Amino acid sequence: MADLIWVYGDVVDGKISRATLEMLSKAAALGRAEVVLLGPAPDDAVHTLSAHGASKVYRSKDPVYRECLTLPAVETMATLIAAHRPRVVLFASSYGGRDVAAALSAKLDCGALTDVGDLALRDGALEATIPALGGSYQNTSTLSGQGTKLVLVRPKAFEIKPNEKSATVEEVPPPRDAAVLKIRVTERMTVTREGPQLEDSRVIVSGGRGLKGPERFAILQELAALLGGAVGATRAAVDAAWVPYALQIGQTGKTVKPDLYVACGISGAIQHLAGMKGSKTIVAINTDPEAPIFQVADLGVVGDVFKVVPQLIEELKKRKRG
Amino acid sequence: MNIVVCAKVVPLSSVTIQIDPATKRMVRKDVSQELDPQAAKAVEEALRLTEKQGGSVTVVVMGGDDATIGIRGALAMGATAAIHLSDPALAGSDALGTAKALAAAIRKEPFDLVICATESSDSYTGLVPGQLAQLLGVPPLTFATSLTVEGRTVTIKRQSEGGYDVVTSELPVLVTVTTGINEPRYPTLKGIMGAKKKEIRKYTAADLGLGPAEIGESGAREKVLTVGRPPARPAGTVIKDEGQGGKQIADFLANLKLI
Repeated sequence: MADLIWVYGDVVDGKISRATLEMLSKAAALGRAEVVLLGPAPDDAVHTLSAHGASKVYRSKDPVYRECLTLPAVETMATLIAAHRPRVVLFASSYGGRDVAAALSAKLDCGALTDVGDLALRDGALEATIPALGGSYQNTSTLSGQGTKLVLVRPKAFEIKPNEKSATVEEVPPPRDAAVLKIRVTERMTVTREGPQLEDSRVIVSGGRGLKGPERFAILQELAALLGGAVGATRAAVDAAWVPYALQIGQTGKTVKPDLYVACGISGAIQHLAGMKGSKTIVAINTDPEAPIFQVADLGVVGDVFKVVPQLIEELKKRKRG
Repeated sequence: MNIVVCAKVVPLSSVTIQIDPATKRMVRKDVSQELDPQAAKAVEEALRLTEKQGGSVTVVVMGGDDATIGIRGALAMGATAAIHLSDPALAGSDALGTAKALAAAIRKEPFDLVICATESSDSYTGLVPGQLAQLLGVPPLTFATSLTVEGRTVTIKRQSEGGYDVVTSELPVLVTVTTGINEPRYPTLKGIMGAKKKEIRKYTAADLGLGPAEIGESGAREKVLTVGRPPARPAGTVIKDEGQGGKQIADFLANLKLI
């Protein structure tokens, strides 16, 4: 019988998240893929999941999962896992996914694997590939024990593959126990973001400490606009409050894999490399010839960002006009 | 208000950490350690709350003998007391084993609020706080970019994919704080001197009532099978800007048909 692989469905900005579809594509390749989707989701959610390999969707539209945050989902997941015993449950490394997986791993006393970049089942045993210490190591790990294995997956670990199934839907009852209703979300604030989203952008122009201040990010905006891309930043630039956290790329920020990554004034701390070294082509500009970013760059330019980038901008404009 | 802060002592950020291929664990011996900068933010947040509202800040650290320097660091910042979970039997614990040890120690304390960093700077699973909240039976309020307590009501701004949510619950709770929440204070000389007089209570695994089925390598659900290096990227070209750097980048991009 095919291994039963579950995906914990993740809704971000009112949509089934890209990470959910990435995990689902992998789950369908490993065995029979089923999704648990808790809380409000778009009308076509089941259709979307079905089109990416889901054979079944466990579903509750109850708003308790949204309004009371983590604990109702933990309760429902524990009940469903006990009843159906999936081999593996995949969670996105999102805020919600991380919270539910962590609590569940203690409740079920099973532990969990985090930051997983790839996984395989060998005779039913889980084998996960996990970058360690900011990606300077790549380990394989497993979880011992007979029960269900909980796995938090890195974003962009798997490709989204359309895979038409006709998913059945089973409605699941939400928990009503007062103990799981102790948290309340009272307000949701969305910070408006302009231009293409980092995760979806094919070109990213990114800045670090070498930009020396927030106003200099303007030239990166100009370069990104010319290349049709988005602006990102290192943790140093975010911690200095030059740009918002939403732009942060690296271990504590976003993982990106664009076709082109232009690193401006970025030394290449291992935590930053962890979030971008899967980029197809990397160009780096930095004054320090010893900067680690040059070790991953396809083209490195040792020089002053404030001379090289403006010249590049002029050159791109010229060639566009050309 | 009694606050417990879970902290970790980690290799200095300037140190390149190695993994021992034999034990498959991080090499911590003979590596300079410090209070995890992430945990320092949890300590800072606890201190700010008790400075306003009164109460105590107890720091709980699991680690070997060389963790003492980091524990003193937290005490020097102003923490009231410290608990050190130190036992060779705890070495090799995975996240869940660590959470069990911390939970067992915290259950011995009267507490209203537990504060943790969202994740440690070294091993970085981010699992321990959520597991700990579950084991303690308190609601987890996670990814806080701000934290306020009024009466028994705790309110945080919780980082979200698109901005933030305002999330509230009643004490006792566990809160995890993000990097951006505050800028930790530097210990004063007075604080450093005072820290030497503060007591560090030590617990062994037996004190915590935990055995090899739950903690240490034997209790770990997570098993590292192999330790390796990721495939290296093929070496690129590094040039020095002689006044044509911008043009050279444009040529490079044009060659790859990226522009």
